Amino acid sequence: MLSTNGSRGGAGTHAWCGISSRSVEGVGCGDPRGQRMVVPSLKLQDLIEEIRGAKTQAQEREVIQKECAHIRASFRDGDPLHRHRQLAKLLYVHMLGYPAHFGQMECLKLIASPRFTDKRVGYLGAMLLLDERQDAHLLITNSIKNDLSQGIQAVQGLALCTLSTMGSAEMCRDLATEVEKLLLQPSSYVRKKAVLTAVHMIRKVPELSNIFLPPCAQLLHERHHGILLGTITLITELCERSPAALKHFRKVVPQLVKILRTLVTTGYSTEHSISGVSDPFLQVRILRLLRILGRNHEESSETMNDLLAQVATNTDTSRNAGSAVLFETVLTIMDIRSAPGLRVLAVNILGRFLLNNDKNIRYVALTSLLRMVQSDHSAVQRHRPTVVECLREPDASLSRRALELSLALVNSSNVRAMTQELQSFLESCPPDLRADCASGILLAAERFAPTKRWHIDTILRVLTTAGIYVRDDAVANLTQLIGGAQELHAYSVRRLYSALAEDISQQPLVQVAAWCIGEYGDLLLEGSCEETEPLQVEEEEVLALLEKVLQSHMSQPATRGYALTALMKLSTRLRGDSNRIRQVVSIYGSCLDVELQQRAVEYNTLFQKYDHMRAAILEKMPLVERGGSQVDGEAKESKEAQLSETALVSTEPQASKLLDLLDLLDGTSGDAQPPPPLDPSPGGALVHLLDLPGAPPPPPSIPNLRVFEREGLQLNLSFVRPSGTPALLLIMVTATNTSGADVTHFICQAAVPKSFQLQLQAPSGDTLPAQGGLPVTQLLRILNPNKAPLRLKLRLTYNHFGQSVQEIFEVNNLPVETWQ
Amino acid sequence: MIRFILIQNRAGKTRLAKWYMQFDDDEKQKLIEEVHAVVTVRDAKHTNFVEDPCGIALGPVGIIPDLPVSRSLAHLHNLFCHFRNFKIIYRRYAGLYFCICVDVNDNNLAYLEAIHNFVEVLNEYFHNVCELDLVFNFYKVYTVVDEMFLAGEIRETSQTKVLKQLLMLQSLE
Repeated sequence: MLSTNGSRGGAGTHAWCGISSRSVEGVGCGDPRGQRMVVPSLKLQDLIEEIRGAKTQAQEREVIQKECAHIRASFRDGDPLHRHRQLAKLLYVHMLGYPAHFGQMECLKLIASPRFTDKRVGYLGAMLLLDERQDAHLLITNSIKNDLSQGIQAVQGLALCTLSTMGSAEMCRDLATEVEKLLLQPSSYVRKKAVLTAVHMIRKVPELSNIFLPPCAQLLHERHHGILLGTITLITELCERSPAALKHFRKVVPQLVKILRTLVTTGYSTEHSISGVSDPFLQVRILRLLRILGRNHEESSETMNDLLAQVATNTDTSRNAGSAVLFETVLTIMDIRSAPGLRVLAVNILGRFLLNNDKNIRYVALTSLLRMVQSDHSAVQRHRPTVVECLREPDASLSRRALELSLALVNSSNVRAMTQELQSFLESCPPDLRADCASGILLAAERFAPTKRWHIDTILRVLTTAGIYVRDDAVANLTQLIGGAQELHAYSVRRLYSALAEDISQQPLVQVAAWCIGEYGDLLLEGSCEETEPLQVEEEEVLALLEKVLQSHMSQPATRGYALTALMKLSTRLRGDSNRIRQVVSIYGSCLDVELQQRAVEYNTLFQKYDHMRAAILEKMPLVERGGSQVDGEAKESKEAQLSETALVSTEPQASKLLDLLDLLDGTSGDAQPPPPLDPSPGGALVHLLDLPGAPPPPPSIPNLRVFEREGLQLNLSFVRPSGTPALLLIMVTATNTSGADVTHFICQAAVPKSFQLQLQAPSGDTLPAQGGLPVTQLLRILNPNKAPLRLKLRLTYNHFGQSVQEIFEVNNLPVETWQ
Repeated sequence: MIRFILIQNRAGKTRLAKWYMQFDDDEKQKLIEEVHAVVTVRDAKHTNFVEDPCGIALGPVGIIPDLPVSRSLAHLHNLFCHFRNFKIIYRRYAGLYFCICVDVNDNNLAYLEAIHNFVEVLNEYFHNVCELDLVFNFYKVYTVVDEMFLAGEIRETSQTKVLKQLLMLQSLE
């Protein structure tokens, strides 16, 4: 339909009336001696032709400058007949990017002229040349006002159009009443424009909403689509700006539903139908308004449910127009309080979109699914295979969205399959997506790894494929993971060794491999491991490989550090002579890199002066505690095993006692110190919980528990589960003293199993006065995200009756509600 | 809401520029150049939408209002920094790119239809329109735009109605 080799004939027949005559008109150039030189002024068409005929940029500029000079002269002389032609030429020149501000005043003159031709060019000029930042723009306010009130539709239309394009806040305030009057005028042409001008005015001056709100109700009864469209836009704008208007317009929801239903079922008019869908633009607009009105409002949402279902099922989606309407319907369903069945319908529609041939439709589907994946996870899961297909899209924006969506859909049941897909994507994807993909895979692996070995394999594969794109802490994570999986040490070190032997350029991989070889080099040399093929490795080969890493120019300084330390550790692990290692270490004693040099010198000293301590210092490392993240049960137990193996020097007896506390709570049960018997002292004054004036009584939803009593000192626990945070448990420990002597230096400590997080707040004091004095309270905050059974151990130390007492006991009979 | 409508040819010459928001002249020029740079490198395998590559819209965020000129220019230095608030929907017809810049949360597909509707009206009005028609009758193209879009919104969607009004206006001259 549009062809580049156009015929000029088409342009000629539509020549503008004002300049169609071919006679030469003169433009007077001001000459001081009064002689008027007659210079022919170009018609617009000729000017355009001349500009297009210019071969170079410089030539074009020349032509334009000459013409501008003429135009300026003409403006100065004030020739009313041809002003519009001059301005038209000026506007064309302006569109090409040349300055044209000297035409601004001419626009005003043209607008004020009674001729329609003049007005037309004048208003166009105003829209193009004048804007809020020019001072001259206010001058047309009066002209616009006059034009708005006179009866000619076309002129009113022009004025409204200009007002809505460049109207500033002051202009809008001045002309608001005029526009309001026009809203109720009989001519639909003018009303259409007036409604949208009102929209513009509200955007500029929000206070004008008050004026434009009342007419909306009447305008909604229109049958004319253009006016209806404008009205809906106006209502949308009003509702978005003020909550009061929103409430007011909720009343019209039934009416809107009716309009939309009529549109969808009967089809208002054929002239508005596009590709078989009747007025999709109006439908989209109404749906959008319904969305705003139905958001967070049960009643309105209910009214819309049927209609939305109807639109969703009846719309023909073979062409883009239908898809546009369907898409807007889906957005509306997602946003309002819709019935669950409707939501599933929406997700299925999006899933259908994903299979569409048109990539635009796939694009909008992916974007919307990404927004929905948190709230309607199971529904979106059903379309997982299609989403994974979209990873192969050539368009980068599509594949990026597919990647994000795929990562969001990984869960424990599909993690193996998904990771496989994502890994193959990683190998072929464009570089800017690699970092995200790699970190996404690692994160998913961490959360859902079915077995340790799979986890290690996955990380290894990611490191070999995209090693340089992974985050910095990937190395630390992997070493910690391997360290924690004792049964996999042999397997890991073999895999890493083979990988390293092939390629030493991927730095994270090299670092992890070097560390592993250093730690578990003895396992590497043993030669047999059930899980990989038998690998015969000689000591010399291992040392040679590490030396290669050290010397390679591809290795970063950090990597070299790893390699050097690994070599050092091997000196104790390998059975052979450590002369070679000694040599290497002493060479690096004079290395330029300060870090390496320091290490080498220290290791050298270790060889020479402290050889007897070398074995002890270079023992296998204990597991490094990782801050914050979830460590699963396996790791916990192996950690305990390692802790008991290595010779950890615990400096204070207190600390070791606490360690024992922790040991007891970590699954290995039975063998440690039995808790002291918890029977309450038989004849003692069993005083119930005193009313504590100071401490706030917690809501009695979980029964309180008395956990300890001895010689008049009692300890009670009260529990609160705040409703907002289900994983949180607050325990208020209250200590009361009914004996005859004060309790001083009272300290209460607590311990919980590893998967819990415990926070002790400061106690209210450390002295319990005798005879039922003010009790001491302390708040414990326990976070239990896994909803594991709660176990609590308490340790009390205090002075009572001249003796220092220490009690350690576990709290039995904890109510089930504390952790479920 | 529509921020601006742009018709450009492959070489970057503007055939129509309709702005529904306040920009300085140099800002306008910069935007035109950047839109041209982004849109002309895309081919058939790309979608018709140009958005911020990070994808998820953060909701309607307006452009920083009322900044003095120099500071707003500083904010325009990166195309995608700007496009965090808007997105471009474009369609190519022969040698011309029709681009509409809208808010991020608008319906892409609907505006794609709007572009097509607009081009069909142009075609009817100019009887198999070509680029030269748009050049020599630029003021008329503006009239067509103003009939179909106003204040940044779609105004009239029926092609027959628009054509009738255009002919009526033409007879007034």
